[in-house]
Amino acid sequence: MAQAIETPGRPDAPGFPFLAGLAGRDPDPEAKDAIKIRVIDLHFFYGRNHALKGITLDIPEHKVTALIGPSGCGKSTFIRCLNRMNDVIEGSRMTGKILLDGEDIALPAADVVNLRRKVGMVFQKANPFPKSIFENVAYGLRVNGIRGKARLAEMIERSLRRAALWDEVKDDLRKPGTSLSGGQQQRLCIARALAVEPEVVLMDEPSSALDPIATAKIEDLIHSLKELYTIVIVTHNMQQAARVSDFTGFFYLGELVEEGPTQKLFTKPVRKQTEDYITGRFG
Amino acid sequence: MMLSKGVVQRGAFWLLRLTCYAVVAATAFILFDITAKGLPHLSWGFITQAPRDRMSHGGIFPAIVGTIYLVLLTVGLAFPLGIAAAIYLAEYARNTRLTRTIRLAIANLAGVPSVVFGLFGLGIFVLFLNFGTSLLASAFTLALMILPVMITACEEALRTVPQSFREGALALGATKWHAIRTSVLPYALPGMLTGSILSVSRVAGETAPVLLTGAALSAAVPGSVFDQVMVLPYHLFILSTNMYPAKVYLPIAYATALVLLIVVLGLNLAAVAVRYIVRRRHSF
Repeated sequence: MAQAIETPGRPDAPGFPFLAGLAGRDPDPEAKDAIKIRVIDLHFFYGRNHALKGITLDIPEHKVTALIGPSGCGKSTFIRCLNRMNDVIEGSRMTGKILLDGEDIALPAADVVNLRRKVGMVFQKANPFPKSIFENVAYGLRVNGIRGKARLAEMIERSLRRAALWDEVKDDLRKPGTSLSGGQQQRLCIARALAVEPEVVLMDEPSSALDPIATAKIEDLIHSLKELYTIVIVTHNMQQAARVSDFTGFFYLGELVEEGPTQKLFTKPVRKQTEDYITGRFG
Repeated sequence: MMLSKGVVQRGAFWLLRLTCYAVVAATAFILFDITAKGLPHLSWGFITQAPRDRMSHGGIFPAIVGTIYLVLLTVGLAFPLGIAAAIYLAEYARNTRLTRTIRLAIANLAGVPSVVFGLFGLGIFVLFLNFGTSLLASAFTLALMILPVMITACEEALRTVPQSFREGALALGATKWHAIRTSVLPYALPGMLTGSILSVSRVAGETAPVLLTGAALSAAVPGSVFDQVMVLPYHLFILSTNMYPAKVYLPIAYATALVLLIVVLGLNLAAVAVRYIVRRRHSF
């Protein structure tokens, strides 16, 4: 988080106190980034409920893309489309294209198992398996055929270090993962997701159940992770989106109302709905 | 006279409490009656010897072992089938006409009287599949009988495992089966064992299906699954209805009943012990 802090000093910009912490990255909104995921006209239905209505969005590589919006706006549904986690929901249906490095992963025939290895996920509520810390991180490695205690131990240490948890747990990896604090559990889940070396990490409100200190740790972590991964984060918390993300998309009633560089979206929103939401007039 | 709210409440409370006492009293009375009348006849010889002199002497050893064999074989057949069916229903099946039909069939199967199962077992296993009157035919028949309970218990147990365990595993690139095997089944197992514990008592106590498919009036401990088998409930039935004079046979019947209760209790305790071990290893 060693970026220069730049406050939007424009008198005509909506003045949001939390923007004081907004890092001044991507000063040039026209800069072209490599696109990791390209979503084209994505519709999603839960039975008759039309939950996503034609979402088109590019997710740039090695950036943090935040999705914001009020509860029930479809942002979680959207993120769960990106690793096909919605497949487990009975009566759900999806149309449109999701191109991961150019390959359409929304096709029914797509290899979802391989997809989920490449696109990891961290859930809203930390869900470590009721196993030891070691076994939690080892789970994905074993799934992917990695054997051998030494090899596993090495990869587990690396993942726990990346998730900034190693120093807190290194003395006893045999402890149950569920015995950790809430914030530690969430970082354990992040370590577990990182262990299988995904290219993209999806985070579905990863800190909504955590206290501010644990939240700050997760946010620091997100900053350090984008060097290695493409990150998509769903958050309720606009300050969080402003703090951690490079790009932001605002969802409302199943539609992507507006998207763009985070700083621009928060300081000069184009659509009225966006402005109303980020200024707290509804939501 | 108006009764105060407090009085009404206390009255209702006592009524509820009395019904519980009644249940406990009935159980205690049965246990006391059987123990009091059966214990005097119980001896080491009674549980280690075969019956002789038209069952008036000797013991019930083959029936004890036969009952244990039958329970183990039945649960051994029904448990894997029950788990498999439950996994299909809870994890794979979508809510279609077919699965609704399957559920209906299971519910109906649970309501079929045991003597009908006996007749079915006689037709299918004893005659058609040519198992003969045997331990195996009885075990298959009883396995079918407890299957609905087994499936329902296993399905409930699977549904109590949080969805987040499945999603956590799937999100790491596990296949559905791998996710179920490694992060659902281990945690559902204690609940599944609870279901099988209930079935144990039912199998150990059934008379009619065994009578039609595998029971012998008098037989040695079965040497193979195709042998006839003596079981405690049928032995008890014969002792208390077909043998005279009652003065000679009633004490033997009570002692047999007592042994049956002890065997069921022992099998239940064994299952509870297994569940305890599994639960300690896979708690959540």
